[in-house]
Amino acid sequence: MAFLRRFGFALGLPLVLFALWWVTSANSTNFYFPPLSLILDSLVAEWFGPRLADDVLPSLMRLAAGYAIAAVVGITLGVLIGTYKRLRDLLEPVLEFFRAIPPPVIVPILMLIFGIENTMKIVVIAFGCMWPILLNTAEGVRAVDSVLSDTARTYRISGAARLRYLILPSASPQMAAGLRQGLSVAIILMVISELFAASDGLGFAIVQAQRSFAIPEMWAGMIMLGLLGFLLSLLFRLVENRWLAWYHGLRRAQRAG
Amino acid sequence: MTESPVTVYEPAAANPDAGVAPKTPPRRALGSSPLVLGTIGLLALVLLFEILPRLEILPSQFFPTSSEIGAALIDQLGQPDFWAALLDTIYGWALGLLIAAVAGVVLGIVIGSSHFLRELTASTIEFLRPIPSVALIPLAVLLFGTAIESKLLLVIYASFWPVLIQVLYGVQDVDPVAQDTARAYRFDFWARIRYVTWPTALPYIMTGLRLSAAVALILAVTSELVIGNPGLGNRLAVAQSSGAIEATYALVVVSGILGVIVNLVFRYIERRTLSWHPSQRAEVAL
Repeated sequence: MAFLRRFGFALGLPLVLFALWWVTSANSTNFYFPPLSLILDSLVAEWFGPRLADDVLPSLMRLAAGYAIAAVVGITLGVLIGTYKRLRDLLEPVLEFFRAIPPPVIVPILMLIFGIENTMKIVVIAFGCMWPILLNTAEGVRAVDSVLSDTARTYRISGAARLRYLILPSASPQMAAGLRQGLSVAIILMVISELFAASDGLGFAIVQAQRSFAIPEMWAGMIMLGLLGFLLSLLFRLVENRWLAWYHGLRRAQRAG
Repeated sequence: MTESPVTVYEPAAANPDAGVAPKTPPRRALGSSPLVLGTIGLLALVLLFEILPRLEILPSQFFPTSSEIGAALIDQLGQPDFWAALLDTIYGWALGLLIAAVAGVVLGIVIGSSHFLRELTASTIEFLRPIPSVALIPLAVLLFGTAIESKLLLVIYASFWPVLIQVLYGVQDVDPVAQDTARAYRFDFWARIRYVTWPTALPYIMTGLRLSAAVALILAVTSELVIGNPGLGNRLAVAQSSGAIEATYALVVVSGILGVIVNLVFRYIERRTLSWHPSQRAEVAL
């Protein structure tokens, strides 16, 4: 019963909303809001058909490349900045400034420098989602528990071992927060970078559909993009739950105690 | 303080959207203060951007020097069009943020106060939230063209979720004893909201607002850039496509400064409205 109840709660509202959309749009003659059945047809035929390899895959590859670069650079710099207080003081205003720049505005500049090919898109994604990762890592490293840090020093744990067994684990919850934030920025930039000039990609295909007034296809593309965002954040949560299982367990124990 | 690790990690773990790290508490450094070092850092950045393009370490056709960017910036400041664009951006940002904040707070309190509604909406919220707001761009263009509504649609959609999620956390954080006490004293629904739920949720609401304010600015500028609504973003796109590279850089700098101001203002508001809250008092006590 309890399972049925949960199931009902999880699927109830989405089903109602879906049915509502289906029914209200069924006989729609409004050009902009075509019947949902038409949209789903296009979703299956186009997006899960040829476009999956032609447009979705290139987008995802660029996303993965940019995100990976941002993660490596952001965590490395974050650890350095978090460790050395002088460096942090020196760079804090600069970093605050770079973080505050809305990432899409650098697209026009990067377009000048790197052209409109893959390099530009990967750099845009990496540049934009690096800041939350960097700043959160720095904050996590800075806030390493002082008792742990003193203990490590007393046992003469330093260098790589200190990084591996003290700094990185302590900072990982904050790092995860930064990586999660970075991921949603990365998806946005993946789309934006394709809106300006591209020959393939999700964002490109959706805008193409909109410009040629292929409205059901456009809606299907938007749904595809939504699904992608949802699935990626689900995937992230799964990975995070495994990675930080010890931390979530610790928190539960602390709360219970 | 045995519980210090918990308090340190709280923001990151409790709020999936809380990415903005808390400010470093002011500590006295040996020799030079953070203020001096920070200024040196900024000056070094300006200097690097002056020297590297001059030495062609960075190709000067793509990287104007700081002085050129500065000159372009001053040139922009003298143009009435620039100020109109800036106002357009700020107006769209503020209006969108306001609507999203009101909607997020009201819906968050309504949903959060009822166990039934919370369970019913959880899956839908979890599904809708990660949908990237840029997915709405084609629809916004079709429906509204470059009118302000298309910008508002994107800004509201993006900035609604952080507020809603934070309010939901905040409402759930209400102390059951306080809630029961208020009930025992026959506080009516509104009084319970006003004196029990609201003060508990306020720190969360403030966090949500601060996150939303930054997101709203990003989306406002993005929509101007991509859709072409009047504003800073559009001005930037025009500058870039007409080859005015110094002006492009200058406008990027302006958008960054605007972002910094938004962050600072919201941190200030947060500190002011929560001056009574333990989390803020602790910072003063350090």
